[in-house]
Amino acid sequence: MAEKIATRVAYGKALAEIGSDENIVVLDADLSKSTRTDLFKKEYPDRHFNIGIAEGNMMTVAAGLASCGKTVFASTFAMFAAGRAFDQIRNSICYPNLNVKIGATHAGISVGEDGASHQAIEDLALMRSIPNMTVIQPADGVSTIALVKQAAKIDGPVYLRLGRLDVPIIYPEDATFEIGKGVTIKQGDDIAIIATGLMVEPAITAAKTLEEQGISARVIDIHTIKPIDVDLIVKAAKETGAILTCEEHNIYGGLGSAVAEVVVRHYPVPMEMLGIEDKFGKSGKPADLLPMYGLTPENIVDKAKKLLERKRG
Amino acid sequence: MDAQAVLRLKRIATEIRKGVITAVASAGSGHPGGSLSISDIMAYLYFEKMNVDPKDPKNPDRDRFVMSKGHCSPALYSTLAHRGFFPVEDLNGFRQASSYLEGHPNMDKVPGVDMSTGSLGQGISAAVGMALAGKLDRKNYRVYVVMGDGELEEGAVWEAAMCAAHYQLDNLTAFVDYNGLQIDGKITEVMNPEPIADKFKAFGWEVLSIDAHDFNQIEEAVKHAESVKGKPTVIVAHSVKGKGVSFMENQVGWHGTAPKKEQAQQAIEELDAYLASLG
Ligand SMILES: Cc1ncc(C[n+]2csc(CCOP(=O)(O)OP(=O)(O)O)c2C)c(N)n1
Ligand SMILES: [Mg+2]
Repeated sequence: MAEKIATRVAYGKALAEIGSDENIVVLDADLSKSTRTDLFKKEYPDRHFNIGIAEGNMMTVAAGLASCGKTVFASTFAMFAAGRAFDQIRNSICYPNLNVKIGATHAGISVGEDGASHQAIEDLALMRSIPNMTVIQPADGVSTIALVKQAAKIDGPVYLRLGRLDVPIIYPEDATFEIGKGVTIKQGDDIAIIATGLMVEPAITAAKTLEEQGISARVIDIHTIKPIDVDLIVKAAKETGAILTCEEHNIYGGLGSAVAEVVVRHYPVPMEMLGIEDKFGKSGKPADLLPMYGLTPENIVDKAKKLLERKRG
Repeated sequence: MDAQAVLRLKRIATEIRKGVITAVASAGSGHPGGSLSISDIMAYLYFEKMNVDPKDPKNPDRDRFVMSKGHCSPALYSTLAHRGFFPVEDLNGFRQASSYLEGHPNMDKVPGVDMSTGSLGQGISAAVGMALAGKLDRKNYRVYVVMGDGELEEGAVWEAAMCAAHYQLDNLTAFVDYNGLQIDGKITEVMNPEPIADKFKAFGWEVLSIDAHDFNQIEEAVKHAESVKGKPTVIVAHSVKGKGVSFMENQVGWHGTAPKKEQAQQAIEELDAYLASLG
């Protein structure tokens, strides 16, 4: 695999790989070249339907197909999936617990130049609040392919939060993943950095910097935001006594909130959340926007050190 | 349809209406108006037309039905109960915490319900998905969906209308229960969806207009829809909201109000008298 690949591209590749299963149907809303469901369409044109610019309709068409036994992947940008079609996702997909997998690409500010109207920073909050929904955000191409394949196998709705930006491969080709189980990428006892999506890689970089400064940081990739890996998080709280979450999402309602819900209920420790500070994104190159919004290894290091001061009292 | 068949369906439709009243009255809430306007079409579909089996409600080859106007669950439940999917007595538990008969249809809980609905404007999309699946699987089942005329104000209906025509879903038949009323008043006054027939025509559908309470017209339209190739059919069914209960007919207030005990009794007496008049 290339050194860098966007998770949306890995998603399209995974669909093309599992497409030999005749039960799989893929829907798109006039964005197949961006969501990369075109990779599936090339192989299986008869099972790819363009629904046009009509995301609400697409979600419930997916529900209808699923009610007849199909496993349906419905794709559009995260903004128009979770945002525009929330009611359809809740009432037509999740309430009847149907086998629809939502491939929501272009999540977060790393969309870049299109700007705030296209940068969903609220979708994790929306999607994880719906009963029956599984919410997944892979960190790299390898985990994306594995998790898309697993999503196809589990029964019920799944929201796959995917990115536009090319991101580094973190995992070896043969790494294994399980929906609902976080991955401890690096051990450490002073603090746990729990990250998701494209923030996993800067978390690893930050942990290295901290190590050089004598701070032992654990790094955990929470690719499944719901159901969240309670055991792994509680273990991290007990063994490190401080947790910093990192995500490309509003600090309200996303990974930070999900981890805090576990921590306060099971083993309260000082926590800090790094994410988008409750403001809209803007246009720009992703490489300019990520630092502008504090989504950098340097900021992780900074927040980690401040959190450690709190931990020490 | 011969006279005997019409008579049989009239009796069934009246039993369905009695079930609607029973369900809504025992719950003390629910939607009688739009349930009564659609009862004849429900009787025709489930007792004359559709290939369904109460003993095998999930059979993959069955015809599908979507009550897109999910608030008319009383009509759907009463029809399913009388068709043998579950005991008619269970209608007494409608909307109660101890019952599986949710206020709006739930496909996981209620045998015979093919799609969960309640949020208006989505059922037709679900029906499009089912019809697409039928095409993909080369199955012969047909998909029926019932929408309200007020429901047509939801923009998503027209996304689905476009989609059904685009994919030439001739295995899909939609009904519009054209009773002219929604919650806040006449559809033409609240937010006029007219001209309904012309809109569907413009979207590429075969369009038929019928009297929703005439079984011969219902049958003719449904059979015509089956013969149409390459496009979906909508049957604009001119109906009377509250049909069959004199004091509910054409009254906007009976959209979502349950009859009190004496009113329910009067309604049942009227329906029984009609049954008796049929001989
Ligand atoms: C999306 C949505 N908005 C609003 C409602 C509330 N509501 C329930 S019934 C109704 C009126 C429906 O009128 P119509 O479609 O004409 O139904 P009918 O006359 O057949 O009962 C409304 C607004 C709803 N269920 N779903
Ligand atoms: Mg109406």
